[in-house]
Amino acid sequence: MWLRTIGGICVAFVLAGNARAYKAYVSNEKSNTISVIDTAERKVVGTIKVGQRPRGIAITRDQKYVLVAVGDDDTIQMIDTASNRVVDTLPSGPDPELFTDDPSGRLLYVANENDNTVTIIDIERRARLGDVEVGVEPEGMGLSPDGKILVNTSETTNMAHFIDTATHQIVANILVDARPRFAQFKDDGSELWVSSEIGGTVSVIDPLKRVVKNKISFMVPGMRQEAIQPVGIAITHDGKTGFVALGPANRIAVIDGTSHQVQKFLLVGQRVWHMAFTPDEKYLLTTNGVSNDVSVIDVAALKVIDTIQVGELPWGVAISQR
Amino acid sequence: MIRTVTTAALVLLLTAMLAGAEPLTIKIGYVGRAEKKATISLLDYPPDNDGVAGARLALEDNNTTGKFLNQRFVMEEARVKDGTDPTDAILRLADHGISFFIVDLSADMLLKAAEAGRGRGLVFFNAGAIDDRLREEDCRADVIHTAPTRSMLADGLAQYLVFKRWLRWLLVVGSHETDKLFADAIRRSAGRFGAKIVQERVFEDTGGARRTDSGLVQIQRQIPLFLQGAPAHDVVVAVDESEVFASYLPYRTRDPRPVAGSAGLIPKSWDAAHDQWGANQLQNRFMQSFSRRMTALDMQAWSAARMIGEAATRVKSGDPHTILAYLKGPDFGLAAFKGQKLTLRDWNLQLRQPILLADGRTIVSVSPQEGFLHQFSELDTLGIDRPETKCRLK
Repeated sequence: MWLRTIGGICVAFVLAGNARAYKAYVSNEKSNTISVIDTAERKVVGTIKVGQRPRGIAITRDQKYVLVAVGDDDTIQMIDTASNRVVDTLPSGPDPELFTDDPSGRLLYVANENDNTVTIIDIERRARLGDVEVGVEPEGMGLSPDGKILVNTSETTNMAHFIDTATHQIVANILVDARPRFAQFKDDGSELWVSSEIGGTVSVIDPLKRVVKNKISFMVPGMRQEAIQPVGIAITHDGKTGFVALGPANRIAVIDGTSHQVQKFLLVGQRVWHMAFTPDEKYLLTTNGVSNDVSVIDVAALKVIDTIQVGELPWGVAISQR
Repeated sequence: MIRTVTTAALVLLLTAMLAGAEPLTIKIGYVGRAEKKATISLLDYPPDNDGVAGARLALEDNNTTGKFLNQRFVMEEARVKDGTDPTDAILRLADHGISFFIVDLSADMLLKAAEAGRGRGLVFFNAGAIDDRLREEDCRADVIHTAPTRSMLADGLAQYLVFKRWLRWLLVVGSHETDKLFADAIRRSAGRFGAKIVQERVFEDTGGARRTDSGLVQIQRQIPLFLQGAPAHDVVVAVDESEVFASYLPYRTRDPRPVAGSAGLIPKSWDAAHDQWGANQLQNRFMQSFSRRMTALDMQAWSAARMIGEAATRVKSGDPHTILAYLKGPDFGLAAFKGQKLTLRDWNLQLRQPILLADGRTIVSVSPQEGFLHQFSELDTLGIDRPETKCRLK
């Protein structure tokens, strides 16, 4: 009895010592659910039913809500992180997919794929403040760290639109390769990375000069070029390492944040979509759409260390800050 | 003094360029058929704006992009009766300053249209004719093909049937000239991918209406009679481009066998049920604009108009030579909701594309199938490949 208790404590201690436990929320596009993963135990500890076709997912800065875009219901649902229940909705436009919030956590910028607009929402008031007209099929959303420039990518127009968040006017349009899907600033605002799914590249944009300063391509030995379809991007806080999900190439490319050279490919599950770091940046979780699982990457070792089964067609992932 | 004037002029010029400079206008002509073909199913009856609606949607997409680049796309349309020389229609549109033509005509009429444009620097996009010869012995350096070929469609279907191990095919062919061409493509596919045509039968078109009030009673007796006594087979492959009999085969065959080809499981460039790889968005946009579903011809015309838009965006020009050069070059790739970029075969200007296999309700599969490998592009496992081509572009 005594021994067993000690054993239990030891196990708990070891787990806590290895990694702090965060909650990862994974949107399952086909199941219409969110899988809740305990990142220390690396297993699913809960499943939340949501609306039709959940994809884009994020946690509010106050950690109170998980926001999930349920595209086929034309809205964004708010999940209370305390109760794991859908408690409210936000008035996005039709078919919301990806979104980002401003540094104050007050505003949400949403890409609506179906009507070529970006919608601005007051999260607290659940109110739609306005729309910005952008290109065809808006998708990727990135906000400069100072909150002044919102970047939206449009998949059929093939541009990164720079939107002034004060005036809601487009101030620049930068052409990138075909079907741009994701936009990610470095934390210091020095670079903006935009992935082009069909073009097969990542454009590195200088946000001040507003020009493409570098283009990253990917050559996976033995893999046909059409299968290399960059989607999600994650960059470490120090800007030194970037990770790019290559879709049906089933790999994450590891990229030197300074030289923009591809250092390594990490084999994950099938059709890898998006990624999120644990707040301590020890782990990176990837959603693998076709294999219905999440890969766990040890960021320091650059190794895939675990795979977690989730719902059907996992798409997006967000991880709590505490 | 002179310097001041120059500076002032420069400032004026810059201001004019920035504030409301005239947009670059790119004019496109759409030349389609005046007649619609008869179909067995009411559901397949072509809408009046079949094809041109796809081009119009692409124009909207191009113009949304164009407003950020000060480019504007406009389109004029002409219809030509079957068997009528389209030269006049082409020249009339060319006189309106049109250099790009999206054409949905028969192979012979397409060649006449292209010949009319010779020497005037016109660029043609074949959105409708699936004849292999247009990409082979009759290929031209000024005609790009967004429609797939019969050999691409046949290979797309054959790969799936082979994947299913349905290797014994009963081939039923219509009596029209185009049916013979499609049957050739099916035989070629069977040979390439290891299927066996156990027997061929010809279904004679004896004329008559597609729609009658008591037709079904006869058909369910006629079809099994027609198919009786066939050697053992896994699947009935029907070739019937003129819509005479194929749609009557499913559920009426003598033996309980699936039907593929012109009915049942149909290989095509697009289908109203296709929703993968973001296609849902295009389908929604199309439905909003035209209150109907998007057909394969719509998609082939959409692809053509988007190719013009994509090239104009990249080269920042409306010049046909510059645009044609870009489309033929290594940097061109079209995002067309098929899971990978579409590029041009530089030896015959055919758009590489996956082939959808549709059963009328869902997309059953998309070819190329896994395991059909190619040293350059797996899309080149569909249709006549570079080493076999008879095309010499000129």
